[in-house]
Amino acid sequence: MMASVLVIAVHLAFALAVTPLLIGVMRTVRARLEGRVGGGVLQPWRDVIKLFGKEPVRAPGSSPVLVWAPLLLMASSLVLVALIPLVSTLPLASVPGDLFVVVSVLLLGTVALAMLGLESGTAFGGMGSSRHMMFTALVEPTVLLSIYALSVPVGTSALAAIVRGRRDDLSLLLNPVSILAIAALVVVVIAETGRLPVDNPSTHLELTMVHEAMILESGGRDLGWLEFGSWLRLTGLLGLAVNLAVPWGLASDATALALIIGTATTTVKLLLVGAALAAVEVFIAKLRLFRVPELLAGSFVLAFLSVSASYLVF
Amino acid sequence: MRRQQPETHTVSRDHLTGVVARQLDLGRRLALVSGQEVADGFEVVWVFLGGDGSRAEVTVRLEAGDPHLPTLAGLSYQAGRFERELHDMLGLIADGHPQPFRLVRHAHWPAGYYPQRSDAATPSFDADAGFPFVEVAGKGVYEIPVGPVHAGLIEPGHFRFSVVGETIVRMYQRLYFVHRGVEKLFVGRTVSDGITLAERISGDTAVGHSLAYLMAVEDALGIEISPQAALTRALLLELERLYNHVNDLGLLANDAGFGIANAHAARLRETLLRHNARLTGHRLLRGALSLGDARLLAAPEVGLVAGVAAEVAELAEIATSHSLVANRFNTTAVLPTEQAERLGVLGYVARASGVAIDARVDQPFVDLGPNFRVVTRTDGDVRARFDVRAEEVAVSAQLVADLAARLDGLGTAEPRPSGRITRTGAGLGVVEAWRGTLVHRVVLARGGTLARVKVVDPSFLTWPGLPVALNDVIVPDFPLANKSFNCSYAGNDL
Repeated sequence: MMASVLVIAVHLAFALAVTPLLIGVMRTVRARLEGRVGGGVLQPWRDVIKLFGKEPVRAPGSSPVLVWAPLLLMASSLVLVALIPLVSTLPLASVPGDLFVVVSVLLLGTVALAMLGLESGTAFGGMGSSRHMMFTALVEPTVLLSIYALSVPVGTSALAAIVRGRRDDLSLLLNPVSILAIAALVVVVIAETGRLPVDNPSTHLELTMVHEAMILESGGRDLGWLEFGSWLRLTGLLGLAVNLAVPWGLASDATALALIIGTATTTVKLLLVGAALAAVEVFIAKLRLFRVPELLAGSFVLAFLSVSASYLVF
Repeated sequence: MRRQQPETHTVSRDHLTGVVARQLDLGRRLALVSGQEVADGFEVVWVFLGGDGSRAEVTVRLEAGDPHLPTLAGLSYQAGRFERELHDMLGLIADGHPQPFRLVRHAHWPAGYYPQRSDAATPSFDADAGFPFVEVAGKGVYEIPVGPVHAGLIEPGHFRFSVVGETIVRMYQRLYFVHRGVEKLFVGRTVSDGITLAERISGDTAVGHSLAYLMAVEDALGIEISPQAALTRALLLELERLYNHVNDLGLLANDAGFGIANAHAARLRETLLRHNARLTGHRLLRGALSLGDARLLAAPEVGLVAGVAAEVAELAEIATSHSLVANRFNTTAVLPTEQAERLGVLGYVARASGVAIDARVDQPFVDLGPNFRVVTRTDGDVRARFDVRAEEVAVSAQLVADLAARLDGLGTAEPRPSGRITRTGAGLGVVEAWRGTLVHRVVLARGGTLARVKVVDPSFLTWPGLPVALNDVIVPDFPLANKSFNCSYAGNDL
């Protein structure tokens, strides 16, 4: 029990500390590759601190959803990073670190964002929400299916156990099931976190926005929660994908040394993958909106093939 | 280059329709309509430009108590727009106009307030009474209002989309948020003070506007300019085209999410702007033009311009061969040739739709030599407008080199003697600015001051093409369509 509390505390502290850094590194890598100086890796920190110090302004005609949706998103993101095996693969006592629970928590945040967009009192929010839900309808099943494919050989749907199982048995890592599932997962992580080519986080064009359109009317603390909550989702999903693909270095017991090593390795893994993602973004453009479902349907097919193969292989 | 004398017709308003129809039958296009208060009445001038350098002016006088005109909207779409402008600014009424709505005036301008009348006093503006938009009814149709304040640093305009799902059913654009009363600001200024104002009509078209203005004044005064001045003016126009096209190419790629291309385009634009500053003392090429003359502080750096043009060509090639960018550009926001002709759109928008209209050919003031050609495409989509700009950069860079070489061979011209301006009269200036054909008409009063300056930015005639091109376009592709037109707000709103 104490070990579970410790692990959850470490996960939360890790995610809160590393997330703005991850965003900062991704932005800086992209800026440098485009020949810009960029705001520096600490700029996201400064942004959220500034936002948390500001009173939110809400449009007339907006509903109370604007008050609680940012908090719900933040809360769901915190639960997400607590449950995902980011630093340690210890099974959590009396908290289900189960695949289905994690996807449901993810969906909770998605719905909070969509509700916020719908209730913001302008047309942009609704537009963003409708696009976001269109993507979500394809993203969520793919997340479920791809991780489910990885859970079949391990024989459990607890994420920590899947990661541990993959670390202990190299044959689980290097087989078509694993490769297909990880590929599918990477595509949906990109879609879910609003990165290119699905959504452009740095655009100023209201009409092309997806994620940004939903939070366009939010300001001050509200925006702070929304930004931080969305970034935490990136950390959680990217951390899950990278730990499934490269499951070494994570703490398997609750000793201080193991947790420190786990924190360090996951930080390095996350920052490297984040930098690689940002570097790839420089070379691609944004897809036409109605081609995004084609991309997502493709990733769903990969996940589906992966599940089918998992029953053939194992 | 000798200018052909314009045909002039002074007719009564009853014969106006027939005379205008004859001008249009000759293949000339209506380029400008200017209304002006004169002693006990109004004078309205319709200016027609032919593709062969020919010009014609049709003048109608109206009595003060009876400011009515027959509408020409049935003959030409442009005429209908000019009539709406005449009504809003001067209170002239086009009888039977199919769209008798406000164009320039927003709803908070009181009824009966016509700013270009001499007795117009600043009224007390009401709260904005709103603006009636046509509501599209039907299952699942919803409206998206955008602007006038946008998320990025762009000029103000309001766009009202009626949308089903993501497909645009109808788009209405409400402009004129930056109405500064420019035309009225000219009135009473001296000719040389007018140059400064003309340079500031639209910041990105400083040369285009000030040159059209000066050519109109010179036309009115009968001033001949030296070959050196003519070549220098042509050179400045091409430099302005270059830096604006480079900027647009980068921004188009950026709107497709391909930011790296914009980073490089911004660098190339900056190189050109610094070159501009070395040539004229101003990054936007202000201050080089004067009445009857044009002066550079230094010789143009031909190698630098050619180098930039080569890099732009490479950049455009990288952007259009990128499959994701090409997919966003191709077949997006098509303006068909027929619509482009009927609406009378100008500049690269017309040329991308297969209409080869270019004042450098139609109404030239200098011979640009054998390397000049009009770039056209026929697809009329975002890709065509991108490609036309990219190729025009190459043509302009070549022209800069040719013009610089010819200037070098001529030596410096004698400074023009400056004398007092005593003549009165009217004149027309036509230039191919980077957005398209730009026309100024100037009327001089006694003592060398300006009695009336009418400005027609190409955007005034190109804006109506944008909603037409949005047929079957999805909402997230609108920014790309809009950027590919890149009409001026300031130049349009005046």
